Amino acid sequence: MAEYIRFDRITKFYGPLCVVEHLDLGIGKGEFVSLLGPSGSGKTTLLMMLAGFEQPTAGEILLDGTAINKVPTYKRDMGVVFQSYALFPHMSVGENIAFPLQMRGIGKAGIDERVKRALDMVQLSTLSDRRPSQLSGGQQQRVALARALVFEPRVVLMDEPLGALDKQLREQMQLDIRDLHRRLGLTIVFVTHDQSEALTMSDRVAVFNKGKIEQIGTPRQVYDEPATRFVAEFIGETNLVEGVVETVQGAEATVRLRSGAQIVSAVSGSVASGQSVFLSIRPERVDLSETRSEGRNVLETEVTDSVYQGDHLRVQLQNATHPLIAKLGRRSREFPPGTKVFAAFSAGDCRVIAP
Amino acid sequence: MSGVSSRTGRSLLLLAPLLFFLIGFFVWPLFSMMAQSVSDPAVLRLLPRSAEVLADWDRKSPPTTPMQMALMEDLKSVDDDQALGDMVRRLNSARSGFRTLMGKTTSALKDTANPPADLVSIDKRWEKPEFWLAIADALSPYTDRNLLAAVDLGRNAAGDIEHLPPDQSVNAVILIRTFWIAALVTFACACIGFPYAIIAASLDGWKRDLMLGAVLLPLWTSLLVRTAAWFILLQEQGLINDLLRAIGLIDAPLTLIFNRTGVIIAMTHVLLPFMVLPIYSVLITIPKNLMPAAASLGARPLRAFLRVLLPLSLRGVASGALLVFISAIGYYITPALIGGPGDQMISSIIAFYATGSANWGMAGALGVVLLVATLLLYSVYSRLSSDEVGGR
Repeated sequence: MAEYIRFDRITKFYGPLCVVEHLDLGIGKGEFVSLLGPSGSGKTTLLMMLAGFEQPTAGEILLDGTAINKVPTYKRDMGVVFQSYALFPHMSVGENIAFPLQMRGIGKAGIDERVKRALDMVQLSTLSDRRPSQLSGGQQQRVALARALVFEPRVVLMDEPLGALDKQLREQMQLDIRDLHRRLGLTIVFVTHDQSEALTMSDRVAVFNKGKIEQIGTPRQVYDEPATRFVAEFIGETNLVEGVVETVQGAEATVRLRSGAQIVSAVSGSVASGQSVFLSIRPERVDLSETRSEGRNVLETEVTDSVYQGDHLRVQLQNATHPLIAKLGRRSREFPPGTKVFAAFSAGDCRVIAP
Repeated sequence: MSGVSSRTGRSLLLLAPLLFFLIGFFVWPLFSMMAQSVSDPAVLRLLPRSAEVLADWDRKSPPTTPMQMALMEDLKSVDDDQALGDMVRRLNSARSGFRTLMGKTTSALKDTANPPADLVSIDKRWEKPEFWLAIADALSPYTDRNLLAAVDLGRNAAGDIEHLPPDQSVNAVILIRTFWIAALVTFACACIGFPYAIIAASLDGWKRDLMLGAVLLPLWTSLLVRTAAWFILLQEQGLINDLLRAIGLIDAPLTLIFNRTGVIIAMTHVLLPFMVLPIYSVLITIPKNLMPAAASLGARPLRAFLRVLLPLSLRGVASGALLVFISAIGYYITPALIGGPGDQMISSIIAFYATGSANWGMAGALGVVLLVATLLLYSVYSRLSSDEVGGR
């Protein structure tokens, strides 16, 4: 995939506060990239710099090979969808969508036709004459989307656009946006703090923490192969267990836990023998049984609590030195508290993470 | 039911101070002012018998004997010199010559040793119907002459409304001047206040407080003090002229005081808060991301302003303009101190009638004209603003 947008060693200070630090990021044409991170991690600032609302303190932003640092927002040709929609309250839905076309000097007939098409695209054809205040949150969001797409921008930027919607509507919009992305071949940069949203929609996810990218990769990569403790904890739920590396063999390492158990695990990044590390074990990869299974990692544990949560069974376990959480399938048998069980998982289901 | 009515009674009791205040200090003065402008009891009060007889008169023929006798009776029974003076002044303003005629008549009537047979024997002028006509017209307890005079109209001998001769037509000129000065001040306030409010709304923290404080400060000082300060600033040897000469912009001092320029400058300063505050309060309700959104959609800053910020803030500009304009048309101290004779506004004329010549009728009538003009303007404004709301 050809690189379309490049952030080249971007640094941004607000006064003495560094919000983005020496950041490099490349985004391909037609790619859907999510910037995921907690609030204050610099993801929105990066988006604002791409849109031209903010200037980087240092570094360069390139679009299609051209530096755009000095290009004003109105010439950047980027459609921005804001968290609070930012629809013009004194204009009707149709006028809102026509606005970017009028700014580009397109004739009346052309505008009408394209506004109609954009409204069809977001299924709001009948609401063209309404004011934004007469629409529901989800409808306003669709109008904002149509307005950002109607002028066929080079890049679409979305700043937590679904944050104000309720869960059901949000999930529907996630699928709608993903569908639009595929159909129209849009390049989308999507800012969110909701990890499931990022995993659902993106081609690639960039995980932000304290102004830096901790990891960038496909949803599968950032979930299954977290590079850092932050990524492992921020995306999904995980068990982090301390241990010391004994041997490293290719992509696998043997780790001795404080309880004395020996675990064979896949490795993210480079670790050396004798190094203190964390072991990340996803709860849904853990199996429980009362007999020791062969050929897999096994931890001796005791059930302390077990909660039925509809789609899964959440079991809290206690080892000699650390707690462990297991998520079992709906069909799994119940484990009453006090049961001694063996928690088993394969080498590929856990990761060694350097602290 | 009794519970409900006792609750209503109690809430009315709570409202009573407010109601009494409104009635005593707002409704009653307003209505008495309006009543003053149309009431005209000076003649009727002293000539009750003549009023009865004159009701049957045909307004053309020479005075009959009963008319003369009734008037003589009325005049004889007058014992209040001040009321007599009021009546004579009222009649004289309708028909010149009444002052001497009445003086002569009353002194003749006081001569009890040699009582006159009828009025015509005192003065031949009593034969003329014009004088009787003036009395007949003045007998009505209500009159529209003050209201008509306030807009430079009057009734001729036949009772038709016509323009007053130019030498008496000053009120219309002053009214138009009042509206013109108010319009200029409103325009100046909008030109300064709108950008000022935009800048203040775009700042935050102490900078915003400073800007708002700077515009509010004049509101916390006495109007007289502020006007006096402008008096010092604007005069020929004042700070502004000295400064302009010191930096070499002008050779001779500008005349900034006792003319229209000074009045506009001082009134704009005094009224600026009434423009800035409504605009500011509307601006801070406009979401901050609309202008960035417009920019991202391809609007240059000026077009974004014209298409987004201006239409959204127009409501504030309109209410600010209305506030400033309505306040400005009632201004009195500033034009009186800073303006020249050609810059006096309608309030000065009202003050002259009220305190200078004790013509409460005329003062009330001008007040009513001002009130009506203001209400008209307000209705236009509310019509416009309700259209806007209805369109939403």
